[in-house]
Amino acid sequence: MTDLLSLDLAAARDALRDGKISSLELTDAYLGAMEAASDLNCYITTTPDKARVMAAAADQRLAQGDALPLDGLPLGIKDLFCTEGILTTAGSHILDGFVPTYESTVTSQLWRDGAVMLGKLNMDEFAMGSANVNSYYGPVESPWKSRDGGNARLVPGGSSGGSASAVSARLALATTGTDTGGSIRQPGSFCGIVGMKPTYGRCSRWGIVAFSSSLDQAGPLTRTVRDAAIMLRSMAGHDPKDSTSANLPAPDFEAALTGDVRGMRIGVPKEYRIDGMPAEIEALWARGIEMMRDAGAEIVDISLPHTKYALPTYYIIAPAEASSNLARYDGVRYGLRVEGETLDDMYAKTRGEGFGAEVKRRVLIGAYVLSAGYYDAYYLKAQRVRALIKRDFDEAFGSVDAILTPTAPSDAFAIGENDDDPIKMYLNDVFTVPSSLTGLPAISVPVGLSDRGLPLGLQLIGKLFDEATVFRAAGVLETAAGFSVRPAGGQ
Amino acid sequence: MAALIKGETGDWELVIGLEVHAQVVSEAKLFSSAATAFGAAPNSQVSLVDAAMPGMLPVINQECVRQAVKTGLGINAKINRLSVFDRKNYFYPDLPQGYQISQFLQPVVGEGVLTIVLPDGEKSIGIERLHLEQDAGKSLHDQHPRKSYIDLNRSGVALMEIVSRPDLRSAAEAAAYVSKLRSILRYLGTCDGNMQEGSLRCDANVSVRKPGAELGTRCEIKNLNSIRFMQMAINHEARRQIEVIEDGGKIDQQTRLYDANRDETRSMRSKEDAHDYRYFPDPDLLPLILTEDYIADIAAELPELPDAKQARFIAEYGLSEEDASQLVEERETAAYYETVAEGRDKKLAANWLLSELFGALNKVGKGLAESPVSAKFLGGLIALISDGTISGRIAKDVFAEMFEHGRDADSIVEAKGLRQVSDAGAITDLIEAVIAANQDKVVEFKSGKDKLFGFFVGQVMQQSQGKANPQLVNQVLREKLNA
Repeated sequence: MTDLLSLDLAAARDALRDGKISSLELTDAYLGAMEAASDLNCYITTTPDKARVMAAAADQRLAQGDALPLDGLPLGIKDLFCTEGILTTAGSHILDGFVPTYESTVTSQLWRDGAVMLGKLNMDEFAMGSANVNSYYGPVESPWKSRDGGNARLVPGGSSGGSASAVSARLALATTGTDTGGSIRQPGSFCGIVGMKPTYGRCSRWGIVAFSSSLDQAGPLTRTVRDAAIMLRSMAGHDPKDSTSANLPAPDFEAALTGDVRGMRIGVPKEYRIDGMPAEIEALWARGIEMMRDAGAEIVDISLPHTKYALPTYYIIAPAEASSNLARYDGVRYGLRVEGETLDDMYAKTRGEGFGAEVKRRVLIGAYVLSAGYYDAYYLKAQRVRALIKRDFDEAFGSVDAILTPTAPSDAFAIGENDDDPIKMYLNDVFTVPSSLTGLPAISVPVGLSDRGLPLGLQLIGKLFDEATVFRAAGVLETAAGFSVRPAGGQ
Repeated sequence: MAALIKGETGDWELVIGLEVHAQVVSEAKLFSSAATAFGAAPNSQVSLVDAAMPGMLPVINQECVRQAVKTGLGINAKINRLSVFDRKNYFYPDLPQGYQISQFLQPVVGEGVLTIVLPDGEKSIGIERLHLEQDAGKSLHDQHPRKSYIDLNRSGVALMEIVSRPDLRSAAEAAAYVSKLRSILRYLGTCDGNMQEGSLRCDANVSVRKPGAELGTRCEIKNLNSIRFMQMAINHEARRQIEVIEDGGKIDQQTRLYDANRDETRSMRSKEDAHDYRYFPDPDLLPLILTEDYIADIAAELPELPDAKQARFIAEYGLSEEDASQLVEERETAAYYETVAEGRDKKLAANWLLSELFGALNKVGKGLAESPVSAKFLGGLIALISDGTISGRIAKDVFAEMFEHGRDADSIVEAKGLRQVSDAGAITDLIEAVIAANQDKVVEFKSGKDKLFGFFVGQVMQQSQGKANPQLVNQVLREKLNA
């Protein structure tokens, strides 16, 4: 069993094709691990029967030699992706009992390519959070434990906390996540795995429950950079049902992993040296810079002057769009309805009980910044700042091919910590938000451990639709870092 | 035509601006592929997008954009190369998304102008903008004692909102504006203009002021679904506002509803409870960008519009302005007329269509589309009149027969032997017989009783059973009596 679980996605793919293992036994190994580690609360819904049916079909194709790109590989799906015939909750009470009659474009492409579905992964409600403590289905726990002697249950990061924890604890070969301001990369960093947010428009948003439409982007969480490249190839591609989806073919990202970054120019933005950044993060970043330099990359100091405005800008735009996107959860057509005396009463009760505190906070902030008299001062100004941040990156990319930064300003914290301080919680996104606002592809690669023995990642940001360069640089960083520590929990 | 309204304190001027919502003629909805047919079973034309299921995204229907641009060109408006779809946020059960996708700051069509004809001349009415937006669904409150039902068939259907400037000064002008706009929309084929089915509805912004004074506070009357009701509502609202002001009150900016049964408007909500729609650009949609070539292609396809057609009918066919204006109002009427008049006497064709055919249709309560007389057959009748085969008098009998049985004029004339007698010899014989039989009248005529000429004509026509060529009868009779 453990042997099967130790295979990463690429290795499992090869073992399946070589007939060394079957998808059914691989799938059963994961289903067993999921059950054994159910206390991490990674999955909201498991789909063992469906998984075995899909695995059996994959085994048949494999036996016939007609292997599909992801044939027989068991995956977990963030519960933000609508899945036909399977409960889809977005981590919210308000979607009680919602079973879509349709399949999101991204997941349908994974199934098209032969992947096996293990279940739906826990997440922060409507993808709002950085610790996965905002789920109606309870917090997700990271398999990692601090070396500081305490036995505190740690957060996996968020909002794709279930996706990250499951990969780290080996409860899925790989998972899908979504990233709006860092929701794939920050949990990737906290859990010691790879988290890739592709360029906005690379993956279709059709069938993904919307949080912030101009920022939301699907991406993979995996054990290795290669696995992320394999996953993204199946997830990406043009979709006429999403007007913001880029009309570009999904390239073979795996081919970009040449291991050669000689002559590549890596930018290091001075503005990411924020006040109060822990020394260990600073040191990790310096190590990462050295690794890239040693591999033959040219390190270039760059400036992204509007960086400090990114976080406040994000926390205006994302809630504004969310306040409107979440208006459809009104108790009229699907999900939770709490009856009321009047229509307005029904709305108030349904949304009052259906949404958690963080969602309500952001809906209120969003409605406020869009309201008459405040629109110009907040929303419009935020859009202008967003354009300036984009200009910063455009200028920087005139002289560099990729940018290296820390992924998050800290290692994982305990469940319950920071809960009463939303601002501190929002600061988790400080390094990931700028590339979200600009739609740039970015990846988090595990590079080292904090003093407490918890994973820390570094982020590589690339040009629009240049995931290839991001993967190539990330592959080199991954090899140089040689991160191989396994968490204490999980399998 | 500033039709002033008399009040206790003097004359008042009415100021009206109209927002017309015209349903775009299109197979599919504005952002989904669901059908748009009228009268389908409730909730049978609803896509996942229209029902705002989680994760669904709008995709613009290019046909609707094309129709909006076509309409913009038809009202001589500026087509905006770049326009943006915005979300208008509010909660209502028949608005599944919790927002309507509309265009707020940057509409697809900018300023235009529409000319209306009034008894005292033409007037240009400014058009501020035309934008595309989604229709909402329908709440049904009469299906259950305690519950409301929702029909989402209309949810997401494409509407063009066409906003006029406050250039209208009476209910009659407002009616002329809506009629003209509807006529243009029908010519263009961009809206069927059917007010009963709700394809065309309007909201009227009404205020009153002393002539020449600043604009007064306006009230908006929502959802007027016939031109008649619109006029009644405007007039009622004007009287209400004048009364309020003359009683020392102030007009509150309000949205009001017109109750046709009671002929009154009622407050729906005041400015204080007005929604804050929190408009912002819809991040699910890219800005709409149109090229000059695209616009030029649509311009090249525009049909001849009523104003141009009317001018041509007057200039080329010599029709009166009144006749031409009546003929061009509906595209179908104009097309019918052009078929009748093709190669025939244009004025005669216009007269027959406007008085005889429309008169007959009115009597039986039918429209031109259901006319038993086809344009080709009516043209045939005109031809027989023009070439003297039958007289105008006989033509009316032939027409009645055509209208009754749907037959063509030629066969009726042949079968009934109604061909006009234009043989001078035959007519002279008839006249001589009449003169011989009425010698006393001849004496009276010759002694100066000129009026008796009509008597002789009548006698001759009667003898010929109406078939004698009247001109010829006149000519020969005059010769004989004056001999």
